[in-house]
Amino acid sequence: MGLDIRLPIGALFTVLGVLLAVYGLGSNTTIYQKSLGINVNLVWGTVLLVFGLAMILLARRGLSRGFKLDREHPAKTKH
Amino acid sequence: MNLTTIDWIIMLVYFAFVLGIGFVLKRRVKTSTDFFLAGRAIPAWICGLAFLSANLGAQEVIGMAASGAKYGIATSHFYWIGAIPAMVFVGIFMMPFYYGSRARSVPEYLRLRFDEKTRGLNAISFATMTVFSSGISMYAMARLIQTLHILDEPFQRLSVAPQWIFHVSIVFSALIVLAYILLGGLSSAIYNEVLQFFLIVAGFSPLVWLGLKNVGGWHELTKRVPVAYTHSWAGMGSPQTNPMGVEWFGLVMGLGFVLSFGYWCTDFLVVQRAMAADSMDAARRTPLIAAVPKMLFPFLVILPGLIAIAVPAEPAPAVVVSSSNPPQHGYLGRGLIPPKIDENTGRPKLDENGHPVLDYDLAIPNMLLHYFPTGLLGLGVTALLASFMSGMAGNVTAFNTVWTYDIYQSYIRPNASDQHYLAMGRLATVLGIALSIAAAYAATRFNNIMDMLQLVFAFVNAPLFATFLLGMFWKRATGHGAFFGLISGTAAAALHHGLTLPSGAVPGIKGAWLGSVLHLYPSEMAQNLWTAIWAWTTCFAMTIVISLATRPRPEGELAGLVYSLTERPSEEHLAWYKRPLALGAGVIAFALVLNLIFR
Repeated sequence: MGLDIRLPIGALFTVLGVLLAVYGLGSNTTIYQKSLGINVNLVWGTVLLVFGLAMILLARRGLSRGFKLDREHPAKTKH
Repeated sequence: MNLTTIDWIIMLVYFAFVLGIGFVLKRRVKTSTDFFLAGRAIPAWICGLAFLSANLGAQEVIGMAASGAKYGIATSHFYWIGAIPAMVFVGIFMMPFYYGSRARSVPEYLRLRFDEKTRGLNAISFATMTVFSSGISMYAMARLIQTLHILDEPFQRLSVAPQWIFHVSIVFSALIVLAYILLGGLSSAIYNEVLQFFLIVAGFSPLVWLGLKNVGGWHELTKRVPVAYTHSWAGMGSPQTNPMGVEWFGLVMGLGFVLSFGYWCTDFLVVQRAMAADSMDAARRTPLIAAVPKMLFPFLVILPGLIAIAVPAEPAPAVVVSSSNPPQHGYLGRGLIPPKIDENTGRPKLDENGHPVLDYDLAIPNMLLHYFPTGLLGLGVTALLASFMSGMAGNVTAFNTVWTYDIYQSYIRPNASDQHYLAMGRLATVLGIALSIAAAYAATRFNNIMDMLQLVFAFVNAPLFATFLLGMFWKRATGHGAFFGLISGTAAAALHHGLTLPSGAVPGIKGAWLGSVLHLYPSEMAQNLWTAIWAWTTCFAMTIVISLATRPRPEGELAGLVYSLTERPSEEHLAWYKRPLALGAGVIAFALVLNLIFR
């Protein structure tokens, strides 16, 4: 398969993570009464960002390994 | 619900990605196999997550949280008893036949193994069912958007009448699903299902985190709700002593065996995801990989329901209370669960004992509103919408395949070119979605018709696993046996339902429509489970009897289709942790441990 699913997942969560975290940094703290005083936008945004970046990293590593596989056993990979 | 700009941006980003995946995959769809089976080139872990996600419809997230609030942790039986064993079985024992026979669909396997009429029966009932299920998802989603007032503000700003919210929600969800399936076929649906899986986890886990923190942890939670709510096996000795009204035998046989094996092992909606795998090993691992997150899902979807009834506070003004007018006579709900409001009087509905009828389906939505500030709320709502769409898309991709291969190619136009069937598949996608929309509108008008259809589907599905079990493991089973076994199983289900009644119900759609009540069940669930047990047993027995009376198929024709005439797939070349047997054993052990912890 050409498209590595980890790439779009990683990209989506990186974008969502950045959006939430940046919004969390700038937002008024009164909105966090609901969430027990925790700035969940910042916390959860950071978690999503880390997850997204990890996925992109994995996809890049998988990609270079995939190329090696392609060169060594061209018949094994499907298209 | 007050959504602000950041919430809308999050939602838009998600929809942009969904469509983007479709566009990227478009170039890769060249043959009908690419479109319907994703070219049989998807790695196991992706198929596994899609296998799980396709089953994660609206019913899963909203329904399981509702059931968690109603019955407590016993709802986990739907996972640990009602899914895991069947998922392990289909991976280890059945996938070699589905994948190995090169059948392109479950009905096609039935034709290879039995005959044309058995395939036709299964294909037609399955195709009808998928269209209605996706219509029900669509309807439920539009209703939820209405109830939560998600679109009220933008509609007001554009000065569009609020009656249009329902129609716009239906058309919008239909167009998104249509677009990404048309573009990339099954690959696109599978990729999006994986995306949806991660989104659902990301959107609901903060809910569990904040909720548990608020009530003071799991230990405090167990003190705030009745004992049976945090012990899944408490009182299962007799139907009178547990909230579900079922005894352990009915539960294990009905749910754990008949219904769960019938769904996970024969429903093309999920099996299709495994058929798309890139190798036999990957196909066998697909359900086993899916079983691991499936086992942990109770913590994500049942726990919020349980927390919702344990939260002491009366709902803040932001929380939805079923209708636009809030209750005037003190708060009758339970935690965050509001009572249902009678549409005619505007007052809470009461049952015959004077207790309010609670609207458990609002457990998850009210939890979102209670704990999530703007920003995270956008993510939570997006996750909710994603769960509806993955259910819809799963049904539509299963429909277009069964329609094109098992109905169109078999009965309407055989021997056309592959490009013709690819075009037909695209057309069938449009048709499937158009029919879903029709079904969604039918649901708004005739509520009883939908209930009745679901009942009929339950009758049709209940005996199915007996047919597959005999087909795969008993070479003597014949086509006539399978066909008439299925019909008598369905008839037995209808007969059983027509002669029994759950306590407290009136004869009609709930049972006893044949006039007399031979047996009174303590709960609707008990009645459903026993209907399934009767149907399965009848189909099993009748298939054997009729098979023995009819001419067997020559053994040469059955190679690769029946256990005793098929070479066992070898696992030697795989690392131990990739071997289906090792994985399956691990999954079963883990499920046992979970049952022991929450017994």
